[in-house]
Amino acid sequence: MKLQQLVLTAAALALSSLLTAPPALAQAKEQFFPVLVYRTGAYAPNGTQWANGYVDYLKLVNAKGGINGVRISFEECETAYATDRGVECYERLKGKGGGATVFQPLSTGVTFALTEKAPVDKIPLITAGYGRSESQNGAVFTWNFPLLGTYWVGADVAVQHIAKKEGGVGKLKGKKIALVYHDSPYGKEPIPILQELGKTHGFDVQLLPVAHPGVEQKATWLQIRQQKPDYVLLWGWGVMNSTALREAQATGYPRDRMIGVWWAGAEPDVKDVAEGAKGYSALTLQHGAEPGSKVVKDVLDLVHAKGQGTGPKDEVGQVLYMRGLISAMLGVEGVRKAQERYGKGKVMTGEQVRWGLENLNLDQKTLDAMGFAGVMRPVQTSCLDHMGSSWVRVHTWNGSKWEFTSDWYQADEKVIRPMVMLASGKYADEKKIKPRTPEECKK
Amino acid sequence: MGFFIETLIGGLMAGMLYSLVALGFVLIFKASGVFNFAQGAMVLFAALAMARFSAWIPEWLGIDSRLLANGIAFILSAALMCVVAWLIERLVLRHLVNQDGATLLMATLGIAYVLEGIGSSIFGSDIYRIDVGMPKEPVMILEGSIEGGLLINKEDFVAALVAALLVGTLWLFFQKTSTGRALRAVADDHQAAQSIGIPLNRIWVIVWCVAGLVALVAGIIWGSKLGVQFSLATVALRGLPVVILGGLTSIPGAIIGGLIIGVGEKLSEVYLGPLIGGGIEIWFAYQLALVFLLFRPQGLFGEKIIDRV
Repeated sequence: MKLQQLVLTAAALALSSLLTAPPALAQAKEQFFPVLVYRTGAYAPNGTQWANGYVDYLKLVNAKGGINGVRISFEECETAYATDRGVECYERLKGKGGGATVFQPLSTGVTFALTEKAPVDKIPLITAGYGRSESQNGAVFTWNFPLLGTYWVGADVAVQHIAKKEGGVGKLKGKKIALVYHDSPYGKEPIPILQELGKTHGFDVQLLPVAHPGVEQKATWLQIRQQKPDYVLLWGWGVMNSTALREAQATGYPRDRMIGVWWAGAEPDVKDVAEGAKGYSALTLQHGAEPGSKVVKDVLDLVHAKGQGTGPKDEVGQVLYMRGLISAMLGVEGVRKAQERYGKGKVMTGEQVRWGLENLNLDQKTLDAMGFAGVMRPVQTSCLDHMGSSWVRVHTWNGSKWEFTSDWYQADEKVIRPMVMLASGKYADEKKIKPRTPEECKK
Repeated sequence: MGFFIETLIGGLMAGMLYSLVALGFVLIFKASGVFNFAQGAMVLFAALAMARFSAWIPEWLGIDSRLLANGIAFILSAALMCVVAWLIERLVLRHLVNQDGATLLMATLGIAYVLEGIGSSIFGSDIYRIDVGMPKEPVMILEGSIEGGLLINKEDFVAALVAALLVGTLWLFFQKTSTGRALRAVADDHQAAQSIGIPLNRIWVIVWCVAGLVALVAGIIWGSKLGVQFSLATVALRGLPVVILGGLTSIPGAIIGGLIIGVGEKLSEVYLGPLIGGGIEIWFAYQLALVFLLFRPQGLFGEKIIDRV
């Protein structure tokens, strides 16, 4: 009897260990996404929304069963938008969870620092709408993916928009365009292309740097008042944007002559200035505020309704929330694409995800099915083109919300491509990188 | 000429606001010999309290009047700043009596981090609005006498007036009231002040409380201009060159220093900036202060320290 009990107990234990095995196996089948965020510091109001969108999307994917059954695990690390802390976070998380899938630092400064580390660790960097503009060239920047657009795309489209407002490119001759920019690698990115376009079209570019964090701009706007530029391009981030709009109001500079980059065109930039920012326009990285989109409805139903939401419900669908959400989606789709080649339902390595990211083909049908109808246009990357899309719209603050006020623009490849090739070639020479050939890309 | 005057006026008005922040440093240093690195965090904490209370009070009490809501929010925020002052004295300063200046400085650095953390935990880290009815649109004056007229920022003008009023009130408080005299006595010599019956601990609570109120006014003005958010904590950095230049122990020094820094940085940015790439106003203020230090190490109005060796 005792022996029988012993056997039964052993059998029960064996069975229970078998039953508990699936979670252990599932744990092994987790794709790890490090999440570099800034929820504290001077840029927290903007960084928090992006982070909430990013994390909510990862939760949404899990709620829908993961990436072909592979669940996503993630861990946040606070960078406070500081380059040293961003690098620290990278070092801490790169080996976690079996190895990081992809990093998205949301900082051009951190991107500059990680660009040399990523090839060593074989982890892709997605920098959707920021980072080094020349990293579009995948032959040289094999691990960088400035998906959806670079600052050179933004600057080119801003000039196209001004030309359209003025009645044609020919009308740009003799005009004055001031660039009020964050005095950092981010803010300096558009300078070369603006100067190039200025030479081509005959307009004058006035450069006005603003020191971090951008709370003191009186002297800048006094100079604008003195020099009376026809347009002001605002290349700010965080409090710098709302301060610029307040100073424009205080010096009487018309807001409808101001155009911000897509990091200067979200709710935290204008909601406090409200009526004072009316008429101010900003570029969009395709999407704007999208509270009515299907993907937002999914997040609300499958994540927030179950008490799993990351931030306040009423911010779901706002501009920077959508930016974070789309950034996460691009990373997830990189993994999904990689699985098509390396095995569905398997955990992908950084190197495999890189292949996925440079073979992304999100056509409109796929995007619509994923809930992004009306939010964004197709993205198709290649080994040599790591950007995948250069469509931009303009939206305008009407005093209470952002409204689209333009058709789609596409950056002029004839302008951008030579600059990308020149700058990336210089980088390759400096770092002694042998650019990949189209043949090598096929491997 | 008109543009130069505009820049000058802009600098003077900005300088008045810097004086207000610098005053917080001076008050605490005068009374306790502590260089309060937490002044910026106090400005942020006070502004967060004001912004959130003014939004919550209409919900809690069903008040429609913005003036009344702002008034109650101001009183609550002021009370909160005094509670913070009391806690700082109880939990930090009391235990550090007779410690050297560097220890106290480090302690205030710790207080800054605690206040920033607690502030965002209680009140949130979003951008909040303080609407005390400050005018936002500019006004054009002297259009007849100066070509193109002079554009004056009404908000800066009102802010400068409020700052001037507060500075004047504090000066009177220090010079004419018995508490003010006690504060000055403590500043001169802790032990001598104690020996004639001035309670050191109570004086410290009072001075931190006054510095908290100054931080609240600075927070309201800067918060109304910039929105209430973390960057307000960095506003204190604008006060540092002012106290270096004006002297750590002088209220008039804080005022004159603020005006010199304000004017200096605006003129330098506008006239010198374009020649050397721009974005120079922040470091130029420190540069200016350093040049003054070469000639007067104690600052313009600071007390000359003579040590017997």
